[in-house]
Amino acid sequence: MGKDLTIKGGEFLLKKTEANSIFIPEEFDEEQLMIAQTCDDFLEAEIFPILDRIDSQEEGLMRSVVEKAGELGLLGVSIPEEYDGFGQSFVTSMLASERMGAGNSFAVAFSAHTGIGSLPIAYYGNHEQKQKYLTKLATGEWAGAYCLTEPGAGSDANSGKTKAVLSEDGKHYIMNGQKMWITNGGFADVQTVFAKIDNDRVYSAFIVEKNWDGIVLNPEEKKMGIKGSSTRQIFYNDVKVPIENLLGKRGEGFRIALNILHMGRIKLGGNVLGAAKRAISQAINYANERKQFGTLIANFGSIKHKIAEQAIRTFTTECAVYRVSKDIDNAIEINKAEEGCDYGRAVMGAFGEYGAEAAIMKVFGSETLDYVVDEMVQIMGGMGFSAEMPADKAYRDSRINRIFEGTNEVNRLIITDTIIKRGQKNHIPLFEKAKEIIAGLDNLTDTFETKGYYEDKLVFVENFKNIAMMLMEAAVNKFDRKLMQEQEVQNSISDILMNVYVAESTMLRVQKAEATQSEEMIKIYKDMLDVYIFETASLINKHALDAIYSIDDDELSDKLVKGTQIYTKVSGVNVKDARRRIADKLIEENKYCF
Amino acid sequence: MKILICLSNVPDTTTKAKFVNDNTAFDTTGVQWIINPWDELALTRAIELKSDAANSIDNITVITVGGKDAEPTMRKALAIGADDAVRVDAEPKDAYYVAAQIAEYLKSNPFDLIFSGIESADYNGSAVGGMIAEFLNIPSISAVSKMNIENGQVNITREIDGGTEDVTSELPVVSIVQKGIAKEPMIAAMRGIMMARKKPLNVVAPVEIEALTEIVNFELPQAKPACKMIEPENVKELVSLLQNEAKVI
Repeated sequence: MGKDLTIKGGEFLLKKTEANSIFIPEEFDEEQLMIAQTCDDFLEAEIFPILDRIDSQEEGLMRSVVEKAGELGLLGVSIPEEYDGFGQSFVTSMLASERMGAGNSFAVAFSAHTGIGSLPIAYYGNHEQKQKYLTKLATGEWAGAYCLTEPGAGSDANSGKTKAVLSEDGKHYIMNGQKMWITNGGFADVQTVFAKIDNDRVYSAFIVEKNWDGIVLNPEEKKMGIKGSSTRQIFYNDVKVPIENLLGKRGEGFRIALNILHMGRIKLGGNVLGAAKRAISQAINYANERKQFGTLIANFGSIKHKIAEQAIRTFTTECAVYRVSKDIDNAIEINKAEEGCDYGRAVMGAFGEYGAEAAIMKVFGSETLDYVVDEMVQIMGGMGFSAEMPADKAYRDSRINRIFEGTNEVNRLIITDTIIKRGQKNHIPLFEKAKEIIAGLDNLTDTFETKGYYEDKLVFVENFKNIAMMLMEAAVNKFDRKLMQEQEVQNSISDILMNVYVAESTMLRVQKAEATQSEEMIKIYKDMLDVYIFETASLINKHALDAIYSIDDDELSDKLVKGTQIYTKVSGVNVKDARRRIADKLIEENKYCF
Repeated sequence: MKILICLSNVPDTTTKAKFVNDNTAFDTTGVQWIINPWDELALTRAIELKSDAANSIDNITVITVGGKDAEPTMRKALAIGADDAVRVDAEPKDAYYVAAQIAEYLKSNPFDLIFSGIESADYNGSAVGGMIAEFLNIPSISAVSKMNIENGQVNITREIDGGTEDVTSELPVVSIVQKGIAKEPMIAAMRGIMMARKKPLNVVAPVEIEALTEIVNFELPQAKPACKMIEPENVKELVSLLQNEAKVI
């Protein structure tokens, strides 16, 4: 699968990507923008006025608003048309996720329903299963949930104990076990439940209906944030699951779970964008109204710094999120064209291909949103700390993003591990290139000469890539298979990989946007790129040195340090003025406007 | 029965207006365009009326006088629920010009019920609906806040100073609507959005008509002066400021 991809998963490290080959948000077409507007209108009319009621878990309220989204067709964006959905591209479904992401607790219910709640059936279900369940999920007649985590099996998801044993008459699996942290658990009619058949080591997946005998729900969990989202523990006591409700093949459950999580991770990258943009707009609104020392606080440099930095992190996240989303769409199309590849496998193959990028977006996106809401509280000062103001909800609701869909700790390990494995399995010629880079360190000299705006940026980004690759080679060389036990080293390399991917995506977006955006806007885009690259160079330098001294390879350390110092050298940027220009534009527009 | 909605393509109401060419033209750079909010309410009411089979409404058409750049806004109307759209291919010069173009279209394409928003959110002229009726010599009713169809005529409630007035009218009629005609504008559903590209959007050539007015100059309202705070015990100072500075008492 995926032989003819323009760019393979993890290949961004090795390949110079042309700006024209990536998708940028400036290219959304009229129909996509209309769908986005529908999401905005829906939140404005149905969700924002009742956020507090949703958070108090008023009986039946969340279920009813999910249903209303269904009436508008918003639950069926990515469901194939033959199952009452709209068969839209992944990019379009990401755009819908982004816009709905501004909806606090509702966003979580929506995301769980349309993503992990519906898509396992969409991608792995047979025709009868899709006919029976997917059509109802697409319209909102039924709600969906995904039941993987258990009290003893969180990050180590496959260690769960839920069992399914074939009944004597061979017509049912008898399911016993316990699942927890189940989003939409309180009202979902259909659950995808992962359980082990007999003494299998790996999961199988089952479609389970809430009303079957033996299913018991614990009361709602009391949570720090997303309080309106239903989160339950579910017990399965001798639940009779008809054998036709086995989803996919026996033993395929863990693969399904992982692939669905890849998808969920990228989706999370989209969700946080919507939340971040709304938080930034609300923070700017406040800064544009609050006066201290006789002037609006928006006029202070410290506040401008915060506003600009919120926007830079959101903008750069967005560049990478939509770049990989389009790469996924392309991969789906290529996979679909291959003989014998059904729709579900084509889609799952594409998500699997970009597993590292998915993990990058999950970690980078969730940390972006946490930064944005933290500074939102700070910009609002005392009012930010008041539970009467939106910062309170935004701050509490953001925190879960670093935990669910695989913790950021697990995802940081996935980033490095996935790319290293793709290199070792020769999907990408990572280690050949890495060895070349290390061999070239002896003669490496600092010969940078400025050649032009994008030419220079390209050099910086390629240099950052060199650091990532030489460190992966050094780490594998030193620790080999024991690298998994050196999580701190992996974390440092993952942080570099994330920043490389985001920096390159931002550079490519700005370059491509020149063709359609006004000169004024491109100037601000360039300011954001300048500040980001400048800051990233220092960050990469720090992470690289952390990794080098932790790898502690007597022969290599000095060379690697030298390489790091040269490869992280970038042109100086007046970050103060650049941030002020960015902030001034946002303050003038009184909202997030990029 | 056929309904025609006159639809203006206007800048989003949160747009910060800027002017170019020596303050003689509106700067459209970066502006997001929307359906004029009053026209959107008219469309919503028309769709509500159509959904009641007793009203026997066969078709809702939207018409816009504008360039190709107005088409996304028109397709939005199709996504919300209009059946087809007509674009008179000309820049809208003034209310008279727009009304004359729409009236000309109506002469060869008769409709029973013509809706127009009470004003447009950009130039707020409040003139097009009445002018169309005048061109066609048919009744127009303004400030309409409620409307129903019964026995081939319309029953209308309109806002008047201090109260409301109920009127009926034979068809055809131009109904100039204001807030209240529909509760909230309808949200375009996914199905509507998908269908919009398949619905007809016909472009017709304009007739030659001279605009009667010309924009000479735009001016932004003066920025609000800083707010002066007066301590509660200084009532005398407050009175003096209101008399001498603000000159309001």
